Amino acid sequence: MSNYIKLIVLGLVVLFAAIGSNYARDLAYQVHAILVMLIAAGLFIWTLRNTDEPDIIVDRSAEYMDDVIRYGVIATAFWGVVGFLAGTFIAFQLAFPGLNFEWAQGYLNFGRLRPLHTSAVIFAFGGNALIATSFYVVQRTSAARLWGGNLAWFVFWGYQLFIVLAATGYVLGGTQSKEYAEPEWYIDLWLTVVWVAYLAVYLGTIVKRKEPHIYVANWFYLAFIVTVAMLHLVNNMTIPVSIWGSKSVIVWSGVQDAMIQWWYGHNAVGFFLTAGFLGMMYYFIPKQAERPVFSYKLSIIHFWALIFLYIWAGPHHLHYTALPDWASTLGMVFSVVLWMPSWGGMINGLMTLSGAWDKLRTDPIIRMMVISVGFYGMSTFEGPMMSIRAVNSLSHYTDWTIGHVHSGALGWNGMITFGALYFLVPVLWKRERLYSLQMVSWHFWLATIGIVLYAASMWVTGIMEGLMWREVDANGFLVNSFADTVAAKFPMYVVRGLGGVLFLAGSVIMCYNLWMTVRKAPAKEASLTVAVPAE
Amino acid sequence: MEEYTILRQFADSWMLLLLFAFFIGIVIWVFRPGASKEYKDTANIPFRHEDKPATSKEARK
Repeated sequence: MSNYIKLIVLGLVVLFAAIGSNYARDLAYQVHAILVMLIAAGLFIWTLRNTDEPDIIVDRSAEYMDDVIRYGVIATAFWGVVGFLAGTFIAFQLAFPGLNFEWAQGYLNFGRLRPLHTSAVIFAFGGNALIATSFYVVQRTSAARLWGGNLAWFVFWGYQLFIVLAATGYVLGGTQSKEYAEPEWYIDLWLTVVWVAYLAVYLGTIVKRKEPHIYVANWFYLAFIVTVAMLHLVNNMTIPVSIWGSKSVIVWSGVQDAMIQWWYGHNAVGFFLTAGFLGMMYYFIPKQAERPVFSYKLSIIHFWALIFLYIWAGPHHLHYTALPDWASTLGMVFSVVLWMPSWGGMINGLMTLSGAWDKLRTDPIIRMMVISVGFYGMSTFEGPMMSIRAVNSLSHYTDWTIGHVHSGALGWNGMITFGALYFLVPVLWKRERLYSLQMVSWHFWLATIGIVLYAASMWVTGIMEGLMWREVDANGFLVNSFADTVAAKFPMYVVRGLGGVLFLAGSVIMCYNLWMTVRKAPAKEASLTVAVPAE
Repeated sequence: MEEYTILRQFADSWMLLLLFAFFIGIVIWVFRPGASKEYKDTANIPFRHEDKPATSKEARK
């Protein structure tokens, strides 16, 4: 019966998308309509072939639902490489403008590829990592199979469709020009549907848990899911110009629009890239270190302090703008206070290793997780400092901001995700161990040196251009033109690009290692018996 | 009074007090007597049920 309803819905979607591809007012909408039409038609045929077939009901309640997590792990690794590649390419586009090829103007120039890079790493790489690990963690810590049956599959594939629509939209010019919220209205609506399903699967599993207490990692994941839903809805309140076109107009105007955008933007950092990944930290670091978290009391205080404070920090993106002074002062004060829960969490993660510090020498995976928490501490120190109005007057609009973001994103989010992937693949594919620990070490050093090159070159170039912009001569005239700063930044831009190459190379090594773990792992490899150098 | 002023005054006073009291309440609650024992058990959740869900017999109340 439910198959007939599915067939009717899919048939209507195909019809609507077919009409849309004919009446489309812009290229992005047209390509998306054709894409949706093809996918819905494929699903229609697939559903039709399975309709009225005898139902084979297998009771799987006695095992965890891990196949969707395996797909999530593959998607995370894949989108990671895509996102890092796009980032490295646009880094070189900035250093060598000739890479904005004439034949690809309007499609593959920096302006089009930049949101592709940010969305690929944040939402495709990070998002898939969060969905996959949250499904893994919530099952293990609730001692229950995922709620909702195939709904988890809908979440996974629905999210991939969101990524593909968003990415192709950017290249073809479908954007609402809100940083980190670029997708247009119909993609936003689709993400809302997928996100509600995600929340339902997650909450449903927690409700049927067999443990009396909800483990702290789940609190962080849940805060991430709920808050992202709220941010997404409020920041995407748009009215489409036409149902057959991608252009829409936001209902907010002026400084309210700016404030809502950065309330969204900073909490995307706070809840997507921090709370969600802290959920990872609170599960995978104890697992890899084989000891419980340092202080469970601290973890509870960490949670409430973090979510109470982060939500107010957004106005620090709007110092010296039309935003009232009291609002930007509020954002600045909360950002500085945020130091404390951030470092409390960092200490909790690091001290989980107390009594097991020797593992740092022998286990490159725990080394990866520890340096990730270290980068978390560094970037949450740098962030509050940059939010102070006086510091911000130097740092804002310079590359310092970009360096700060990347020490957080590559260092904290990237490294903790790599650690989680190295933990998950042998478990999910039932392998004795990873194919090669030596390759993990290589990945660790390539990524770390890459981040150091990136962050250091961005400090130099950011502070340099900030000082050049404000330099005045004895008569009060500005000394430097904007083009002077661009010319002065060239060497640092090359170093930054090289840092990206190292980071990308590390992730390719990871993919090979994970692939070989699945293909070959139970067989003992020579590299496994070689001890990791103990320097 | 206009809507903005009313909301602003409420946020500045009672809501601020409420949120602050809630947070202080959590901190006090975390350090209640007997908490350490319970949290020790909770912190070990990741080391149980790694391979398959708990059966209803194993469920902990």
